[in-house]
Amino acid sequence: MTFPLQDLLAILPELIVIGTACLILALDPILAADKKDVLAWLTLGALAMCIGLTSSHLTGQSYAFSNLVVIDAYGAFWKLLLYIVTGLTVLLSLAYLKAERLSIGEYYGFILLALVGMMVMVSGADLLTIYLGTELMSLSLYVMAGLKRTEARSLEASAKYFVLGAFSSGVLLYGISLLFGLAGSTRLSVIAEAITTQGTANPMLSLALVLLAVGFGFKLAVVPFHMWTPDVYQGAPTSVTAFMAVASKAASFGAFLRVFVEGLGGASADWSVLFTIICLATLALGNLVAIVQTSIKRMLAYSSIAHAGYALIGVVVAARHSGEGPSSGFASVLLYIAVYSFMTLGAFALVGMLRKEGQESENIEDYAGLAKREPLAAFFMLVFLVSLAGIPPTAGFIGKLYIFMAAVNGGMTWLAVVAVIFAAISAFYYLRIVMVMYMREPEGSVTTHSRLEASPALSFVLACALAGVVFLGLFPNGLWSLATHAAPLLK
Amino acid sequence: MTSFPWLSLIVFFPLIGAVLCFLVKAESSRWLALGFTIGNFFLSLPLWWLFDSSTATMQFVERASWISSPPINYSLGMDGISFPLVLMTTFLMPFCVTVSWTAIEKSVPLFMAMLLIMESAMVGVFVALDFVLFYVFWEVMLIPMYLLIGVWGGPNRLYAAIKFFLYTLAGSLLLLVAILALYFQGGHTFDILELSRGTYGASLQMWLFLAFFAAFAVKVPMFPFHTWLPDAHVEAPTAGSVILASVLLKMGTYGFLRFTLPMLPDATAAFTKPMIALSIVAIIYGAYMALAQTDIKKLIAYSSVSHMGFVTLGIFVLNIQGIEGAVMQMVNHGITTGGLFLCVGIVYERTHSRQILDNTGLAGPMPRYAIFLMIFALSSLGLPGTNSFVGEFLVLAGTFVWSQFATAFAALGVILAAAYMLWLMQRVVFGTPAPAHRAHLLDLNARETATLVPLIVLVFVLGIFPNPLLSRMHASVTNLLNAQKAPAYATAPQPPSIPNTAATMAAITPSSSEQATAR
Repeated sequence: MTFPLQDLLAILPELIVIGTACLILALDPILAADKKDVLAWLTLGALAMCIGLTSSHLTGQSYAFSNLVVIDAYGAFWKLLLYIVTGLTVLLSLAYLKAERLSIGEYYGFILLALVGMMVMVSGADLLTIYLGTELMSLSLYVMAGLKRTEARSLEASAKYFVLGAFSSGVLLYGISLLFGLAGSTRLSVIAEAITTQGTANPMLSLALVLLAVGFGFKLAVVPFHMWTPDVYQGAPTSVTAFMAVASKAASFGAFLRVFVEGLGGASADWSVLFTIICLATLALGNLVAIVQTSIKRMLAYSSIAHAGYALIGVVVAARHSGEGPSSGFASVLLYIAVYSFMTLGAFALVGMLRKEGQESENIEDYAGLAKREPLAAFFMLVFLVSLAGIPPTAGFIGKLYIFMAAVNGGMTWLAVVAVIFAAISAFYYLRIVMVMYMREPEGSVTTHSRLEASPALSFVLACALAGVVFLGLFPNGLWSLATHAAPLLK
Repeated sequence: MTSFPWLSLIVFFPLIGAVLCFLVKAESSRWLALGFTIGNFFLSLPLWWLFDSSTATMQFVERASWISSPPINYSLGMDGISFPLVLMTTFLMPFCVTVSWTAIEKSVPLFMAMLLIMESAMVGVFVALDFVLFYVFWEVMLIPMYLLIGVWGGPNRLYAAIKFFLYTLAGSLLLLVAILALYFQGGHTFDILELSRGTYGASLQMWLFLAFFAAFAVKVPMFPFHTWLPDAHVEAPTAGSVILASVLLKMGTYGFLRFTLPMLPDATAAFTKPMIALSIVAIIYGAYMALAQTDIKKLIAYSSVSHMGFVTLGIFVLNIQGIEGAVMQMVNHGITTGGLFLCVGIVYERTHSRQILDNTGLAGPMPRYAIFLMIFALSSLGLPGTNSFVGEFLVLAGTFVWSQFATAFAALGVILAAAYMLWLMQRVVFGTPAPAHRAHLLDLNARETATLVPLIVLVFVLGIFPNPLLSRMHASVTNLLNAQKAPAYATAPQPPSIPNTAATMAAITPSSSEQATAR
């Protein structure tokens, strides 16, 4: 079996990443324990090359490997986002692994393997390609969630994630097999044709839609398939949690939209109803349960569930609205996830590095009086939380503005009203952290107070996240035109 | 001269100060904030002379593209309605700094930075000509205000801060949806002036009115959405109370004037009666609640509810006296109630209590303070010759045209105001001195005197010579009412029969013979 050079060139970024991953796995046993940072820099170098290569894919569209893989602006948008968040995660991990005394070189290898999985997910033009990408991403994440081998919670998170993730993969595969039976192929374009010619009355199609929705629902962590999220996010090492909450969610949205728009776009009237219900449930449960959390990691987990709900508004609206500018709904989803990535990554970076006696300060109470001890860290957290709550002039507001705009434009003003009510509720739990940081006095002696373990790498991550949140809040033009350019079109 | 970006300058000048505050020590941050607030006042002062009172069009307009798709512009401008409010804001801010000079001891740079950010956002709200830009400024205020109340406030500050935040946020998020709906119905623009020229269907207007109402009525606050106000006022530090009472509340009524009236004329006409009823309820209810308070700050807070009831009453009677009176009353309430809160803050620093019973008989130990407090109190109850009389008289005159019955009830509020204010003065100024605090009650020092004197001057200046201010708002208010009269055809020429209130006021203010009618 030979591969034409052209196809290999098309997936050059993937090849670079996977090559670097293998190199890291090979170098890891050779390198001395105190030189493991080299692996992180190697990872960053690979990512930098990929950014350059993928940027050139923003124009035009081409298929590779007999239509298994598509290289287009849509995929390039997600890949660029993934490179950036992966790069920031690697820098965060540099600091985090040291603080946790986890000296594991494979870590960076796993990050890159997960990244390859994500890249395949967003550029798959065939359900099986997408499935393979999903599995590669998930398997790497299962391992990474359990990296704190001495901690029961981390292992529990890994096991739970694995069992539920494997189950959802099975469901996804079942849905794919039904679609194969329906269309005679797993190519998205062939499935789309089959739906146009056969119509949507086929019960097999409905069943396949439900199964795919369940499968992707698990990956997106939307209600009612969210149960694993809080436990896994809490138990996993925080740098891994950040990676899961941001990169894995972005890639899942990328693959989800690709499948449902390009493959199942003809049945959008059916699946949009399904996702309207999921969206409402996600908004309600994510925001309401977040209120009662005492662990900040769990709170952010529920907040990430809720944010998936906001993004789904854009999906639902775009699917139902057949009038002018249907792409603005999907574009608003792309923008929202990009914005969400920066603020969530920033928040998790702070959570991971705020420590008390060498341990992560995970309880919200540990943040008491942070504004006095660490004014700068508290200010950063304030900005991230304000952005998560969607208050201007931060990027979170711009994200919500475009989502609500799509909803009103699509004639679903009621959905926008429901969403703003939940946005007001969400402000309550985000501001609770602000309150604890700025308005409470810490208990106990000074030595037991949480402090930020600052390092140049962490400062860089925080500065990037803050710059992203503020810059995109003030000047969203560039990102928005990129998102509208990359957004998929519902035929 | 119009090409000079005056408005951008006064919006962003304080923000520079806020950034600098983070970089300096506590002591110098006080001076820095004072310098920047005074500087901003002097930057805004030339507008008084540059402002052209003969036209209703926006002045000092600046326009630049901010977000290209959807078209959201950075556009600023000022007319006769926003003009007095901007000047009032820049005028009051230095006093917020001076009154906090010694009262704020912890995290001073952060406090000063928050004050300056507030100033930027507040001026921004009054001069924004793009609806999304307006919304951004409107929301930006929430976080600094939340911190002002929550970090430097009284014992129950956490509850008050979150209540303030959630009330206003819930209201304004509905406003956001309304803005977006208006965008798609109003020709795909966020430009406030263009949206004001558009015509909208009756049912859409009704929904939009309710959404606008949710945002603005909470901010004013109108009865029954006022419950956050007493909590927030009482717990906030003095500067926070002053900002809340003097400027933040005006944003709600400004919203009614800038958006509800011109954009939704039919719905406004349809909702006139309930709005006036709510205003009168607020006037009387607020006054009655004020009578029952034992906490001075809470008393003033409820008196604000009552006074703001006059403003909304004046707005919704929809005639020129009413609306000019309402704008006057907005400015006057800012000055008078701001002064009262400053006075309470000054005495709180000495006695550490806001209870009336702990602060009795101040005339003995603090004679100068007692005089100032008395002047503000008399202004608050609308004594002729002071500023509040002008506003309340105009509002009542406007209401009289609309309904004599309603005027009778509204005038009851003036009588009740005299009752609670004079009773408060009787106890605080002239009562038997409270023994616990007599020893260390020093009279006003130079800084405090300097804080109060400019306000006192304005109380009388605006009370005796309101015309310069009234004449500057006349063209804009007339224009607003013309659009209101002819909702669908906004370009209709102005009917010449509307009486010039400024001229009316010139005839009556020197003599107080109309006082009997007002009472």
